[in-house]
Amino acid sequence: MHQGTLDLTLDQITKIEGHASLSLKVKDDVITECKFSIPEYKRFYTQAVRKKPINSIPQMVARICGTCSNAHLLCSIKAIEASQGIIPSEQTKILRRILVNGLMIRDHGLHLYVFALPDIYKRDSLLDFDENDHEEHELLHDAFAVKEGGNQLAIWAGGRSVHAPNPTVGGFLKLPLLTEKDKLISQLKSIRPRVLKLISIFQNCDFVQEEDVSFSALQSTNFDFLDGSIVTAGGKRIIDAEYASHLEHIVIPYSQASGYKFEGKTYIVGALARVNLSKQFLNPATLEDASEALKLFPSKNIYHNNLAQAIEILHCIDDSIAILEKIHIQDEKPARFSVKPGIGVGVVEAPRGTLYHRYEVDDKGIVTNGRIIVPTGQNQIAIEQSLYHFAKDHLETPKEELSLEFEKIVRAYDPCMSCASHFLKLKIIRKVSR
Amino acid sequence: MPKLRVGWFTFTCCEDSTILFTELLNTHWDTWKEKIEFVNARILKTNRELKDLDISFVEGSISSDEQAKKLKEIRDNSKILVAIGACAVNAMPSGWRNTFDEETKKEIQFIVERFSHLPRVEPLSKYVKVDESVPGCPMDEKRFLELMEKYAPGNT
Repeated sequence: MHQGTLDLTLDQITKIEGHASLSLKVKDDVITECKFSIPEYKRFYTQAVRKKPINSIPQMVARICGTCSNAHLLCSIKAIEASQGIIPSEQTKILRRILVNGLMIRDHGLHLYVFALPDIYKRDSLLDFDENDHEEHELLHDAFAVKEGGNQLAIWAGGRSVHAPNPTVGGFLKLPLLTEKDKLISQLKSIRPRVLKLISIFQNCDFVQEEDVSFSALQSTNFDFLDGSIVTAGGKRIIDAEYASHLEHIVIPYSQASGYKFEGKTYIVGALARVNLSKQFLNPATLEDASEALKLFPSKNIYHNNLAQAIEILHCIDDSIAILEKIHIQDEKPARFSVKPGIGVGVVEAPRGTLYHRYEVDDKGIVTNGRIIVPTGQNQIAIEQSLYHFAKDHLETPKEELSLEFEKIVRAYDPCMSCASHFLKLKIIRKVSR
Repeated sequence: MPKLRVGWFTFTCCEDSTILFTELLNTHWDTWKEKIEFVNARILKTNRELKDLDISFVEGSISSDEQAKKLKEIRDNSKILVAIGACAVNAMPSGWRNTFDEETKKEIQFIVERFSHLPRVEPLSKYVKVDESVPGCPMDEKRFLELMEKYAPGNT
């Protein structure tokens, strides 16, 4: 007990991608401070892209983030293609879809098994799972097998699962080998039962933290992460290129990353938003085998982001198997184009939510201005709101337990701090109102 | 033989090598677990120790005095310190701001000041002795596995 007064600082929230911290101050049972901040040092990519040729941009901005590098890569390619009027071939689109499926499996797998699962099994680390306990032993091996399945899928389609070297503006520099597809299909089929088990674990997990917020995501009729238009929980539909004009940029003075509101409202992007808004468009096999879990959506419980990610892993496996079973690869070179001035926007669903790249290009093919909006920036205000709500309802909880719960809440959002701290916007500083 | 006490740390970077390392666990943990133990790795665990480390792998560049201080603390508590990835080895691509022209530097100055960034983004070797390096963006996987074999033989 802390008799109504508490000072709690979490300098390094663990088992997340990058560095984040939290400061909570309570005086006489009143929260006087609840600050979730991102102390990652900015790398100023928004400035760095200026004066660089468009062909160099995708590989450059992939370095904003290690874990979702291929989402940045594909989003920037999409934006540059839009600026140049390039329409990618059907084969290119399919291979990009496989690449992003591999990314989702690998990245959600890392979050669910390595970051989130230890909370359910009350272990400090996945690596501490008891090898002599059948269930825990199996889960450790599930983690490695599922992540490796995504890893291999991305390596096949893009040449590497981190900063894939093969995708480029207009197509692929090197095409995957068709001879390896059977091996991939059987690998994906072998991890499918493991993922069904994962869905069942998160479906039965009783963690609850409900938030009255809006949701938004890119939607297409085949749950494609790289295509579609933006939809919101309020039923709004927006052309992807106009997304940014609906967002309000909010500078959070104590954080090295920016926050956003959607038309003045706190909103959430990511797997929870996608499954809430578009679950009917999941792969038919996924719809069938995850039918019980899917009944829980739409959901306002932020812990269901974990369940939504597990369902998305299944979708990515099923979607990839369906594609690979009928794929033919033609010897196709990247589309050739003559550089012209233009402005291009690319919007994709990264593992953690909607990612936006916009470039202004001059007549020599040089970027004169860039803007990048990342999912974690968009979720930052909701994360802080959840922490505040939890603290307000649990003022009597012992400090250590409170710290653990705070970390669990932050982890549920699966934030990516590397992404969130890449950029800089010049705006008037004002405090976030809750 | 006691297990090697290993740490994995990151500073300013995109953590691509950390991700690559978590993917290497998929196929190598079964053998590594016999000889190494992660006593400090924020990506893997909450309870962490910073003392008597046999090997510390450090990814990322140094952007602030605070980071430099933490790096020295890691050095003081580690027998071997390995710089992981391009940012740790030569401060790029995290150090884009080192290359900016005066006008762009002026534009970012208020952030540099507000969050007490150092004047330049620096590689690890600017502040501490680095015993081994794994360059690459992400790190060269083969070189990393060679180092694991060198310090924890029979493990790769």
